[in-house]
Amino acid sequence: MAVVETRVLRKTFGDNAAVDGIDLRTEEGEYLVLLGPSGCGKTTLLRMIAGLERPTDGEVLIGDRVVNDLPPRARRIAMVFQSYALYPHKTVRANIAFPLVARGVDKDEQDKKIRWAAALLGIEHLLGQRPRQLSGGERQRVALARALVREPQVFLLDEPLSNLDAKLRALAREELKEFQRRVGTTTIYVTHDQVEAMGLGDRIAVLEKGRVQQIGTPWDIYHHPANTFVATFVGSPPMNLFERDQSLVGFRPEHLLPEEVVAEGDGRVPFKLHVERVEYLGSDRYVYGTIPELSSDKRVISRLPFTVTNPVDEDAVARFAVAESNLRFFDQQSGERSEPQPLKGLGA
Amino acid sequence: MARTAGRQLGSRTAVYTVVGLFGLFASFPFLWAIVTMFKADPDLYTAGSNPFLYNKPPTLEHIRLLFQQTPYLTFVRNTVMIGVLVVLITLAFSLPAAYALARLTGHWGGRLGIAIFLVYLVPPTLLFIPLSRMVASMRLQDSIWSLVLVYPTFTIPLSTWLLSGFFKSIPRDIEEQAQVDGYSRLQAVTRTVLPLIVPGILTVVVFAFTLSMHEFIYALAFVASSDHMTISVGVPTNLVRGDVFFWQSLMASAVIVAVPVALAYNFFLDRFVQGFTMGAVKG
Amino acid sequence: MTAANTGQTVAGEIEGRPRRYLLDREGLLGPLLLLPAVVYLLALVGFPLVMAILYSFTDITTGNPVLHFVGLDTFRDVLRDTVFRRSLRNTVVLTIVSQLLVVVLSTVLAFALRVDFRGKWFARFLILLPWTTPIAIGTIAWLWMLDSLFSPIDWVLGQVGLIQQGGHMYWLGKRDLAMASVIAVQAWRMLPLATVILLAGMSSIPQEIKEAAEIDGASFWRRLFHIELPLLLPITGVAVLFGLVFTFTDMTVVYVLTGGGPQNSTQVLASWAFYKGINGGSLGQGAAIAVFMFPVLAGFAALILRLANRAEVS
Repeated sequence: MAVVETRVLRKTFGDNAAVDGIDLRTEEGEYLVLLGPSGCGKTTLLRMIAGLERPTDGEVLIGDRVVNDLPPRARRIAMVFQSYALYPHKTVRANIAFPLVARGVDKDEQDKKIRWAAALLGIEHLLGQRPRQLSGGERQRVALARALVREPQVFLLDEPLSNLDAKLRALAREELKEFQRRVGTTTIYVTHDQVEAMGLGDRIAVLEKGRVQQIGTPWDIYHHPANTFVATFVGSPPMNLFERDQSLVGFRPEHLLPEEVVAEGDGRVPFKLHVERVEYLGSDRYVYGTIPELSSDKRVISRLPFTVTNPVDEDAVARFAVAESNLRFFDQQSGERSEPQPLKGLGA
Repeated sequence: MARTAGRQLGSRTAVYTVVGLFGLFASFPFLWAIVTMFKADPDLYTAGSNPFLYNKPPTLEHIRLLFQQTPYLTFVRNTVMIGVLVVLITLAFSLPAAYALARLTGHWGGRLGIAIFLVYLVPPTLLFIPLSRMVASMRLQDSIWSLVLVYPTFTIPLSTWLLSGFFKSIPRDIEEQAQVDGYSRLQAVTRTVLPLIVPGILTVVVFAFTLSMHEFIYALAFVASSDHMTISVGVPTNLVRGDVFFWQSLMASAVIVAVPVALAYNFFLDRFVQGFTMGAVKG
Repeated sequence: MTAANTGQTVAGEIEGRPRRYLLDREGLLGPLLLLPAVVYLLALVGFPLVMAILYSFTDITTGNPVLHFVGLDTFRDVLRDTVFRRSLRNTVVLTIVSQLLVVVLSTVLAFALRVDFRGKWFARFLILLPWTTPIAIGTIAWLWMLDSLFSPIDWVLGQVGLIQQGGHMYWLGKRDLAMASVIAVQAWRMLPLATVILLAGMSSIPQEIKEAAEIDGASFWRRLFHIELPLLLPITGVAVLFGLVFTFTDMTVVYVLTGGGPQNSTQVLASWAFYKGINGGSLGQGAAIAVFMFPVLAGFAALILRLANRAEVS
């Protein structure tokens, strides 16, 4: 069990700074998710922590020890790649045994550990098979078992769910979380899928252009985004953003509701919503339209849960509102979160 | 419907004809050699008789002669020895180089790869004169060691190119996983990647061996005595006695060499092409 | 469960002694692994290449192996020689004509071989024979086939009536026929390689392009000339350049088939350099003759590089 820390960590490829000065410190035993779009630097960051990439600047610490000059095998970490990187020419058993053989662990001890790891992941019945005979989910479990046997101080996972089909992904996500809870090892998990991040992380570090945009619990990230990038990247459909009085104002689709539903006492801000289209999706309704008072052409999305039964007609103007406490303000120039301001002159 | 069938039939016939003609053209010298091999002297050396028929019964006499009364077996032994040694040297040099080219170099790696490949195109007919002097000054002239020393100059470039292609076809994940799992880079490669490119290594072995077997110029320039000659040089120069050619034995010697090599090539050709084109893929 | 105590520390704990991990440093490992091959090639190819050029400016012989510089004298002697001039011409003619034949024939053959048919493996075996045999050995087979007295070709021509029965063509004895024979053998041995390269290129043309053309209504011939052949051009270029280089610099066929004769009429640069340099002992002259191949080779190498950059290798 150890804490992973990076100090002013930087990695440049030619002129391009993939990781541009990152300070990070995990809690012991936490499940930290590195979330961001492709190219944001999250994988590069993970690889530097693993020792597969040498930092251009800065330090990586594992267990309070600077490990910059140590190769992966000396860092007592385990890593699961997106492809699972199972050794195709070895059986499942041999795959799991591989790290133990590298350590020179004796045969009996190996057997014990393999059985323990296989039992934990429910793959005892697969030990004699080869990777090509396994399904995606099974391969993932083998990769996890292999990572587990070494009893590492840190688990590093690089988008391990993206190769699974959608149905399997949700199930696998649950299994992963359960697995980490049981084993209790500090885990750093890279993904571009914000649903995954929200579901798995104790804390999420949102990355973009090689920098940490915000780090916090899923609640913090979602309800108090530090800048417009985080605000629009997390949450689907994304937050509605408008320019108003020299700043940016935003509100999430689920907070844009018919006026009657928003209690007056919450400091309700009214909007006249010109409805273009309503999508009925079973559990939700999505209303697409514009709010001319805020912007003549920018699309607005409202998400109505099925509990809100107010009828909304297409090609009509509806009276909607947002509770003042659900408005978020950002600086127009920098995109950083800024102080709330009163919004005047709307919905008349 | 009938017209397309007819066209199909017509194109089928065309294909068979073309392939048949080319096949004949390509193999005719060997077919003729095979026929000749078994011909008795009076039959062969009679002008006017049908060369394609055995007018006198076929005989194994000349093959026996080849093996018992000429240095042919010595040539074969030398060729095999040289071939094996050259393959080993080639692998020793080009495996690490190919790995470095495939994994460890940035964009200068691509250029270096092409540079190494271009070395293959530098002809022996340009280098053989200074090389013959170098060989003489190292006192290796007229020995098979001169060839063992020099042959890798053309096997290494090609092998490096091929092997780098095979290395590139294995995802990096596997060796990185092995490094995380506890191995040094070298151990990671030997334990996880090398087993996966065994077909590629075999391909390189076959091609390096045959390249060394085919070589003529250096062998002719460096080796004079028949004890040390290879098949490629020994057969055209040494199996010629005065101006009477032992044609049947000569043809036998050619066929014995040509057929197994052709079979081996055929098996490995697809892999060769695969490795060759993979060698050109970036990164 | 506690970690196994095996008595070996190594990677069980984080031991941070950087020197032990020197070989893991990528920046170091790459050049280190390349070093043996690069050094070897520099020593046995780079160095002799430079020496060859140097020799051509000296009058060095095997009898007098001293690097005595004589400026352009050796070149002058070489250029004055009629045999040299003929060998220069022969080299060019031989290369161009044989490779032209190869280009045309290999294209036809490659298209025919795209189709799957019974016995394809055997056909491929036969067609590959010229390339898979040692050059010298294949040439010996031709030598016998073109024999002045016993050539089966003569016999067949006689039976068919194109020449008088029992007559001889003297394929290797008459000047023009000897040249034609050398050209034939070169084309024969290069054909398989060109065909294989073309086949590889053809299989890399995506099926969708051909299908799109077919839907667009293009006939077989139109598709061939307007779509497939242009797409094949880069790889054809590579195949042609290979053929040109290997034919241009080859001495084996001439040496074994005609010995340069009759009366040095089929000498090429490479074989003449061999005769002068090794058989004759005039190393300087041999080098000078061989050096004439160099500018052309450099040109070919540059062309190959350009084509390699443009060719889309899938």
